[in-house]
Amino acid sequence: MTALSRGAAIRGGLLVVALALAIAFPLVFTNPAVTQYGVFAMIFVTAASAWNIFSGNSGYVSLGNAVFYGSGAYALGLMAKGWNVQGTQVFDLLPLVGLIGAGIALVFGLIALHVRRHTFIVITIAVFFIFQLMAFNFSFTGGSSGLNSPFLTWQPVPYNQNFYFIALGFAVATVIVATLVRRSRFGLQLRAIRDDEDRARGLGVKTMRVKMTALVITGSITAMIGGVWFYYINQVQPQTGFDPLWDLQIVLMAFLGGYGSISGPVIGALIIEPGTLWLNTQPQFSGGYLSEILLGVIFLFVVLVMPRGIVSTGAEWIKRLRSRGRPAVVPAVMTEQAGAAALVVGGTASLQPQAKDGGQ
Amino acid sequence: MGRELLQAIVDGILVGGVYALMAVGLTLIFGVLDIINIVQGVLVVLGAYLTYSIYGHLHIDMFAGLAITIPVMFILGVLIHWAFIRRLRGTERTSMTLLVTYAVALIIEGVLYKIYGADQVQVNEPSINGTNASIHVLGFYLGYIYIYGFILAIALVAAIYLLLYRTKFGRSVRAVMQDETAARLIGIEVNRVAALTFGIGVAVTAAGGMAFGATNAFNANSGYDLISRLLAIIILGGLGSVGGALAASIFMVTLESVVTVWQPTWAIAVFYAALILVLLLRPEGLFGKKAVRAQ
Repeated sequence: MTALSRGAAIRGGLLVVALALAIAFPLVFTNPAVTQYGVFAMIFVTAASAWNIFSGNSGYVSLGNAVFYGSGAYALGLMAKGWNVQGTQVFDLLPLVGLIGAGIALVFGLIALHVRRHTFIVITIAVFFIFQLMAFNFSFTGGSSGLNSPFLTWQPVPYNQNFYFIALGFAVATVIVATLVRRSRFGLQLRAIRDDEDRARGLGVKTMRVKMTALVITGSITAMIGGVWFYYINQVQPQTGFDPLWDLQIVLMAFLGGYGSISGPVIGALIIEPGTLWLNTQPQFSGGYLSEILLGVIFLFVVLVMPRGIVSTGAEWIKRLRSRGRPAVVPAVMTEQAGAAALVVGGTASLQPQAKDGGQ
Repeated sequence: MGRELLQAIVDGILVGGVYALMAVGLTLIFGVLDIINIVQGVLVVLGAYLTYSIYGHLHIDMFAGLAITIPVMFILGVLIHWAFIRRLRGTERTSMTLLVTYAVALIIEGVLYKIYGADQVQVNEPSINGTNASIHVLGFYLGYIYIYGFILAIALVAAIYLLLYRTKFGRSVRAVMQDETAARLIGIEVNRVAALTFGIGVAVTAAGGMAFGATNAFNANSGYDLISRLLAIIILGGLGSVGGALAASIFMVTLESVVTVWQPTWAIAVFYAALILVLLLRPEGLFGKKAVRAQ
């Protein structure tokens, strides 16, 4: 068996086990206080993976995805209220919410995708604040008290379980979409834009169309999961639907796991979301500010110590451990030379980024 | 109505001067280090809290207190640069620095919450003839604190301008802004220039924070609103352009102040709407240089 196919088999096996664990989780832990963690975790897995489809692949870091999330929540609430939709029929509105999210992404993109790098990030923040302000100021959004969802007559235990499976469905679907994007020509074009947009355009990539398509995919998924979140917690306010910390959290999740990879945002979300939820329930962490400090510290740690995220850095560590496992292959005399070689490599590596910086 | 409008314009210009000071620091940091310093907003709040504490506990005059707060903020800036910013290199530097500064902002915000709580406070300065003291000039009400804040801000902006264009250090700063590699080649210590620039860019938040704290009720959370306005200003003025930051802050704040006369609830949106409009027409901002190859 070659190394490649063995790796693929291990990966496939791991995926099946992970999915089985994810399905078994709410059936084993039926306590609503526990399953609630699962629901939020799956919502964030979806949102972080969706963020990654556009921002991770294209390199356009968006700090305004809450625009789609909050709009999805409000759209679902307003449609359910306006057309008097009740109970489980509300879920039938989700595709419509996705369409609305796509429409908003289109407008968002027309405004923001003209500019790059820092300016793009700032524009996403600006658009975000405009949306938050609209939610506060329009009368149909209910002002600062927000919207309440229609009533859902589910008992506590199946309530959380059902929402868990809905959110899990979204999470799995988003990961599948992310994988398809990554493996397609479209995904290659996106990554070409990340590496060098002008060159990509020179090579014939229709950059605006490619970026816009990715943003629309991200926007519609984020809006739908925003709708699910709204129906799950039964309410949305301007400061919860359009929350600047939410934006930061999903970016942190993607970076913690591994920016641009498929598994990265999933792993990041599974670590951070239950972690923050748990911290906020601890009495010594009450008030929220300690979890805020902790979030900042984790963030700094990730960016400075493992800038490529858990997935890449972890793979590196595993590789290093493995090579240490067979020292007999390398003669004892060689180690010193190998050390010197590593020094030389390290030396050039530390020089290269400087040259790159100068070129910017 | 005409009278209210004129008053709004005068207010806008006075407050705009203070924003200009904070924005100049931000745009300088961008020009030299090619990063957007998200911490700036919460540092202004920190500066306001420092003034609040120094005045409230030590009873030192607010303006005299600047002799303490400006060096403190300068050192804090150099420390932030030393500990986090200078370590970041490589292709993802843009997003990384943004996230790192965001994380530092979160930590400082959390610490401020822990120390001062979530209640809003305001620095009251009776030493200038009572808190609400104001003078009448040609029938306009002008608060003393606004006038002094404006004068202080403009004086500091002028000082930064002189530093940039009349000193050797300023020449090396401008050289690094133009071309870092070339500056390194002709013997400029880029890292030292970057650290000092970061320190100076942060030090202005001491004065900005004092003026902000004396004219607004604030808590640890106020940094978000501030940083998003400042970002809009420096992008509108053109990233890295000191003159642009000055013009854009006076323009934007005056515009907001004028819109407030008719539509108080939507006034903040004007900030972002103006930014988006300008960028649709001129992606490099009002005074920015067109990037030859902006990647």
